[in-house]
Order: sequence, then C-alpha cells, then structure tokens
Amino acid sequence: MRFESPTTTKAAATLLASESGIAHVLAGGTDLLVRMKMGAIEPDLIVDIKRIESLRTLKVAAAGVQIGAAVPAVRLSESEKLRNLWPGVVEAANLIGSDQIQGRCTVVGNLCNASPAADSVPALIAAGAKALVVGPKGKRRVAVEKVVLGPGRTSLARDEFIEAVVLPARTGKSADAYLRFTPRTEMDIAVVSAAINLTLSRGIVQSAKVVLGAVAPTAVVVPAAAKALIGSKLDDAALDKMVAACRAACNPIDDKRGTIEYRTKVAGVMARRAALIAYERAGGSK
Amino acid sequence: MPYETDYTNQGFTKVGTRVNRPDGVDKVTGRAKYGADANAAGQLVGRVLRSPHAHALITKIDTSKAEKLPGVKAVLTGKDFPDLTGGNRGLMDILENCMARGRALYDGHAVAAVAAIDADTANKALKLIKVTYKQLPHVTDVDEAIKPGAPIIHDWVRTAGVTPAPTTASNVAQRSEFGHGDVDAGFAQADVIIEKSFKTEQTHQGYIEPHACLATLGPDGSGELWVTTQGHFTFRNVCASLLGLEVAKLKVTSSEIGGGFGGKTHVWTEPVALQLSRKANRPVKLVMSRDEVFRATGPTSSTSVDVKIGAKRNGKITAATAELRYQSGAFPGMWAMFGAMTSFACYDLKNVKSVGFDVLVNRPKVAAYRAPSAPMAAFAVESVVDMLAAELGMDAVDFRIKNAAKKGTKASYGPVYGPIGIGPTLDAVKNHPHMKRKLGKNQGRGVACGFWFNFGGQTCTDLNIGVDGSVNLTVGTVDVGGSRASLALIAAEELGIDYEQVRVTIGDTNSLGHNDTTEGSRGTFSSGMATIFAARNAVDVLKQRAAATWDIPVEQVIWEAGEARAKGRQNNNLPPLSLKEIAAKSPRTGGPIAGHNEVVADGAGVSFASHMCDVEVDPETGATKILRYTVVQDAGKAIHPDYVEGQFQGGAAQGIGWALNEEYIYGDDGRLQNAGFLDYRIPVCSDLPFIDTQILEIPNPNHPYGVRGVGETSIVPPLAAIGNAVSNAVGVRMTHVPMSPPRILNAIETAKE
Repeated sequence: MRFESPTTTKAAATLLASESGIAHVLAGGTDLLVRMKMGAIEPDLIVDIKRIESLRTLKVAAAGVQIGAAVPAVRLSESEKLRNLWPGVVEAANLIGSDQIQGRCTVVGNLCNASPAADSVPALIAAGAKALVVGPKGKRRVAVEKVVLGPGRTSLARDEFIEAVVLPARTGKSADAYLRFTPRTEMDIAVVSAAINLTLSRGIVQSAKVVLGAVAPTAVVVPAAAKALIGSKLDDAALDKMVAACRAACNPIDDKRGTIEYRTKVAGVMARRAALIAYERAGGSK
Repeated sequence: MPYETDYTNQGFTKVGTRVNRPDGVDKVTGRAKYGADANAAGQLVGRVLRSPHAHALITKIDTSKAEKLPGVKAVLTGKDFPDLTGGNRGLMDILENCMARGRALYDGHAVAAVAAIDADTANKALKLIKVTYKQLPHVTDVDEAIKPGAPIIHDWVRTAGVTPAPTTASNVAQRSEFGHGDVDAGFAQADVIIEKSFKTEQTHQGYIEPHACLATLGPDGSGELWVTTQGHFTFRNVCASLLGLEVAKLKVTSSEIGGGFGGKTHVWTEPVALQLSRKANRPVKLVMSRDEVFRATGPTSSTSVDVKIGAKRNGKITAATAELRYQSGAFPGMWAMFGAMTSFACYDLKNVKSVGFDVLVNRPKVAAYRAPSAPMAAFAVESVVDMLAAELGMDAVDFRIKNAAKKGTKASYGPVYGPIGIGPTLDAVKNHPHMKRKLGKNQGRGVACGFWFNFGGQTCTDLNIGVDGSVNLTVGTVDVGGSRASLALIAAEELGIDYEQVRVTIGDTNSLGHNDTTEGSRGTFSSGMATIFAARNAVDVLKQRAAATWDIPVEQVIWEAGEARAKGRQNNNLPPLSLKEIAAKSPRTGGPIAGHNEVVADGAGVSFASHMCDVEVDPETGATKILRYTVVQDAGKAIHPDYVEGQFQGGAAQGIGWALNEEYIYGDDGRLQNAGFLDYRIPVCSDLPFIDTQILEIPNPNHPYGVRGVGETSIVPPLAAIGNAVSNAVGVRMTHVPMSPPRILNAIETAKE
C-alpha cells in the first residue's frame, strides 16, 4: 500500500487518476481506517488530502459558506457566525461520532462515505449545499443530493474527489434544524433523521426544504412535505400534512436498528419536531 | 493453627476509610499491563478461523495451502487436540467449544487456527484454509428449541433431573426443581392470582478489554501463559487437563484485567494459543477482536419465564410458582437452575415451586455474567409482584415488606436464612428521599428487589514483611473490582500500620497454592479472610521475635497499634518494639518474617438489594430516559466504601443497559447481526444519571469483619425496577427485555388499539 500526501488538488487528482488499483481519499479517516481495520477494504493507494491548504479552509459569510474537505467537524461548532447562519448543519455535523471523532471527521467525508444514515447529509441537502468536485479535467459543481447514489456508492468518478461543500447565501428570516433518533444519547447511528430549512416572512413560511435520513437507500428530499409547510404558520393541520407526506416518502428496511414500521412512524415525529425548532429559530412564534 | 472465622464486632481504624487505589497511577498513566501488553522474543501472531454457519457438519478442512504460505509456523484444527478428557463430558464440552470437532455448533465456533510471523500473514493464512461445510437446520430461540421437531443440537443429551430417565435426545439438558409446601393448596387460598410470561434477550458482559494471552509451551511439556482472566489457577488446571500437562509445569500469570463480570472465568482461546505454541515451538500471542468476543465467548442466557403468584386481600402471598427456560448456548449449562434457585429468594413463602429448564441452542456457550441467571428471574418475579400489589391496591414497597424473608425464613431454594438484609433494604427504600420526588408527565417509578448467594472457596495468601517494615501481601484472587485496596486496608488494620506500607500483588500460579477464580463476589470476602489470618500469623511471629529480643516468654507479649508491648509489671521497663524495629532486626532474630494462610472460606453471607428508579418515556418514540436511580444494598461490612459504591453503581449501569437496549440479534440464518459496540448498545455516560447508593451493614456472622460479597447483587434488580418504572410511565405492562424504543412504542400503540 502506498501513502501519498499531495499539497495541491491537481497533484491529488493526478495520483488518483494514475492508480490502477484501489485508491481511497483520506481526510479525517474516521470511516476509512475503521473499514481497513475490519478488513472490509485493502487499498493500494491512500491519498491524504489534509496537506492541501485550500481544503483546510472554512469561509463563513452571509453571502455564502465554504467548508473545505479537510475541515474537522469541531471547527464548525467553534464558529459562532456559522452556528447562527446554519444551526441545523452545525448540529448535524456535531452529532457524528464522539468528541474524539469530532476532532478528525469531516462533512465531506461523511458525504462520500455514502451511508443512508449519515448525519450531516440531510442537513446539507436541506440547506441547498453544493459539492465542488475536482478531477483531472477540472472542477464541477453538483448539488449534494446528486452525490450519493446508494449505500456506499457515489456519483464521483474514480479519479474525482470533493474539495469542499458550499452553502448558499442566507437572506431574510431563515433557519434550519436537524434531529435524529438514536437509542443512545451519543456514540450512535441514526435510526431515522430529519433536516428542515425554512424561510419566513411575517411568521409565514415562504420556502421550505424537508429531507429525511435513514429511511431509504439515500437521503430523501420530500417536496410534498415542504409544500405542506409553505404558506402556513406551522399550525397543526400543516404539520399533520407534512408528517403524512414524510411518512409516505419513507422506504426503509427492517434491520437490527429498526423496523420499517418504527422508522416510518418516527420519521414523522422527527420531522415535526425539527420543523418547530427551525420555525422558532427563524423568528416564528406560535 | 486454624483461626476463628466468626464475626467479632471489633473496632476499626483503617477498614471503612476511602483511601486511594494502589493501581490508580498505573492505570491512568498507561503503565498497567493488560492481556495484550505482554510480548516475548520471537513471538508469533495467533488467529482463529470461525464458522460462519449456525450449525453445520465439517466434512473437510484443507489446510495445505495455508501451511505452505511463507511465515506460517503452525496450523491447527480439531484433530490437533486429542481427547485427554478421560470421559469427563464437561471437560470435553470445553475442548469442543475451544475448537470444533467435526461440527460447527454456532456462528463464530472456532474451526481452525494459525500462528504466523505477523498479523498480515496470519490473516492471509486463514483465507487459504478451505473448510467444506454441510449446513444443518439450526435453532437459536429458547422456546423454539424445546418444541417437538426442533433441530437437536447433541444427539447424546438426555434430559437430566427427570424420572424415569428419558431414552431420546432432547435440547433440554436439565430440569431442576426447588421449593416447598403445597402450591395448589396455596393458590386455592388466594384472593388474587396474577400469572404472566416474560422474555429476556441475550446480553454480553461487555468488558472493554478483549480476551488476550501470550502462550509459551515447549516440547518438554512446561509452559507459561500470560492472560487476562478472573482465575489463573482455574485456567491453569483446565488448560493442563485439556493438553495433557502437569499442573505445576504450566505457570499462569494474570494480567491487569479490563473487566470480566464472569466472562473471564472460562477458557476460550487459551488452550488454542498454547497448542499453537507447542506446535510452532515459539511464543504465540493471541488477541481476540471485538467481533470474536461477541460471537465466540460466553454471553448470558436469553430466557423465557412464566410466573404465577397468589395473595390474600391482606397482602400475604399464599403461593408462588415459576417455570424458567434458559438457553445455555450449544453446550449444557446450569443456568436455569440458578434462575430457579434465586427467583423467590427474597420472600418468606409457605408454598413455592420453581422449575428450571436448561436448553441447548445454536449460540455461543453461555458463561457467567454477574449474579448469573438471577436478573432474568427477578425481572419476571418482581414484575408480577408489582402487578399483584397494584391489583390488591397496596403500595408496592409495603407489599414487599409484608412478604420479605427474614432471619429464620426457609429459603425457596432450601437453606434457612441467618441475619439478612432484604427487610432493612426495603425499609430504607420506603424512607428514602428518592421516593418523595414528584413524578411529572410520562414519568414512572419502579422498585425491585434482588438476591445473590455469594461464594467463598479455596484461598491461599502470603504476607511478607521487608527489613524496612513494608509489607508485601501476595494473594491469588485476581483484582477485578478493587480488592487490592481493600486487602491492603485489612492487612494494615491487623498489623496496625499505615495503608501505604502495604503493597498487594496478585501472585502467579507458581507462587501460591490453589485459589479459586474471582467469582461469586468472593475476592474481598475470601482473600480478606485469608489476609486477616495471614496477618495474624505474622503477628504471632513478630511477637516471638519481640519476646526473644526481650528474653521474656511470648505469652507476656501483646500486639497493639503496630507494636509489640510487654505485659506485666515485671516488664514495664521494656519500651515497645514497632513492626519496623522488629523487621530491621529480623536478619539476626531468625530471618524474614512472614505470615501465611490457606482456607476454604465457607459461610459467604447471602446478599440482598432493593433498587428504585424513575424514568420518563417519550410516548412518540418509545425512548426511555433514566431520571434517577438509587441502589440500597447490604454489604455486611464495607471495607472500602468507594469500591462498594462503585460495585453498586456498576451493576446498576449494566442492568440499565440490559433493560433498555442491549441484545444479541440473530438473523433467520442463525448469524449474529450486531457483533460490535455500535449496534450492541451498552450505555454511554450521558445515558445514565448519577447512580445514588446507600450501604447497609448487617454483619455476616461467618466472617471476622462481617463482610459479605457485594459485586453481583447490584445487577439483579435493575431489569425489574426499570420494567416496573416504564410500565407505570406508559400504563402498559412491559414483558420483553430489552425495552428498546421500538418495543415500547409497539406496546403503547398496541394498547391503544
């Protein structure tokens, strides 16, 4: 196995492109190293991207946020500005692993690991985040919901990697929220989760995005749930309609972590609670 | 000379204080050496190949490719373990569990092992071993396994304890019955009868340190084993029997232990590591992965229990019965028997009967887990006790007090109790501030009682006094719960010296006589007793040396406050001689000063506890939060109160995990689905409240200080206490442990319909 630590995105892309065997990108390593230790993968090449300066950059402004692929999750919570702009994204990223993991893990890594239960992914999608993809032929920008194709599968070509995710400009009375259900209080994996991003005007929802996690092979955007909220002050009728839409959008599996029935029910519960939190954060009052 | 074991109500100056633990610095600095921390020159890496099937015939194992791989020094299969058990079926079960003999009996059963120069080579070698399996029908559920037509695990098993003896094979290995009186007559007198069935899922002890050992065995039949274990003497004896070694030629040293809770009382990979070492003629280090620990060590039983209790309107129980079905994994056990013995031990019952059925299934061989079998029985019995109290309109604590066992009660499992703590723990619960806390919405409170026998056993201890007066106490019981601090306190108390002057070492098997395993909460009870006696033995020597120094008869010398004093007016010009002074002169007064004791520490006092717990249940998700938890337990005498409280809290914490989330989940294919800490959910710190404790001290009459074991009883009540609390919070009786969020939500929704 070769281990390389390039200092430019171009060098990293070239390394990935020229490897004929199995290559993996290493950022925090909190998924990669575990899989290697379990014997699930035996890479021929590991490209550590933490030495690339631009990937370690976190830019936070109302006009837009850029989170470099090597920025550990703990840095998101350390930014008060980011916490105010995107509280849902930050709380989702901060639920990954434990305090120790937070010092290493990254939201881009969380995205590329392509787990249906990833915490930060529904929040990024609800926020309308885009991924900046680098390859030997240059860069492209894709919506985060287009990155994950299924458990462990992404739309990235084998010589591509993501250098950052960007969040759009924040305007008006807007806020997001993320909630997940786990049997334990921490060190756990989402049985079901919900991320909601709202913009209000005079207490009425103008725009909304509702995303569910761990209820399908990928995070699920639920336009019908968003539609149920738009134009409302999150009255019970609107929330009931949103909950019904969420439950209808669920396509979960029965496994050791939860049954189809349980996940479907609790998806609605999480969405309802997350909507109320986002609404209050955006300045709405009931 | 035998020393007096009776309780004497002596005063204490050291015992009962909260001194720093002697192993603390080593453990926080990383200097402490655990099972995987030993290394030897030229050591090989041992790895085990395990069956992916729940039940299969092994028709062929081809190891030729693995053996040819450069770096591989030994490959073993069942054929490399000749049967030296002499017809001892229990020993053969251990051997067959360590390495399959023609049949894989559960997912994770060892089928082959390799020793190679490094981990990569060993892993590659495992992949080169070709095992041909013929899959057989399997069964993993305890109730399914006793149904007619269930796959039979062992065709040689006939149900024991049944007359006439059965002639056909069964998965019920043993029936055991306990009780007295006439339960039918008792139920006929009852005004109210409650009958209910319960299930509990299989749990693992969840110790953080995986099994690990470093084994050396030479062609001369002498060897050494460094191992994480609760009982190195037992490991020595078992390994020697299985491998045809002389006991004295196998030296076993116990490492620091990162948790055992009963799971490190049995051998798993140690005989394999020794045999690999013998074959390769090199030291072999074998460390289990977490996956292996879950799949192939000894979790506790999953169970299915029916309980029936009847009572008069005045709250007096007239009769109680229980039928308890416990699976013991793929080999016979006695776990249902313990369940049947403990189930009604808290109560004074005229008519009582409990029947246990030990059941074979295709799961790993069950091992002890902290008060093994008692928590599941208590869950069922204490749930029905709660239901009965509610039905009678009585307070659940008053109802228990009215029926509690006391001194003179004939226990449901046979003996007549001496002074015991169940009544006092219940009185303490009744008067505890916890019981006055107001409950909010979706909240519930539960109370439950628990019992454990405790054990004494063989013990052998040495105490050596250095020339500077420092004391080396060598014991043979592995320190799993802080016994070194307690034993140092005891030695200091007896000798009248400072706690810091005593260093306690766990001796290897070549330095002491046989010591039984640290199990049955016996460490501080039995080694404490042997330490008292060894210290008194050393005091006898100290007095002789002082008498010789003064040239007076030894009868005129007494030992007080750490010094020899000469009695009588004729001696009043003799200044006292301290332990340090006598020790300093010892080279010229007869050589080193030592005390020794070997004892079978009988009379371990039975132990009782009552727990109370408040929970809040989220009615939309079924999630339970433990708001407050209090343990009241009788310790007899708390030698080191911090450690006693730690045992109370630890048992409660494990019980909370078991009650709410921990469970072995098997797929329809008979494979374990959650062999890791992500999906086998032991609680993390933030899942638990601070666990409050109250120590009661009702002296054990059979120990000089009144000590009772305290390590196990604390895990007995939690399943039931939480079960009662959750049931009270949601208004539905919970009958299936763990009460995971999906199970609770399902129970709530089903009750609504």
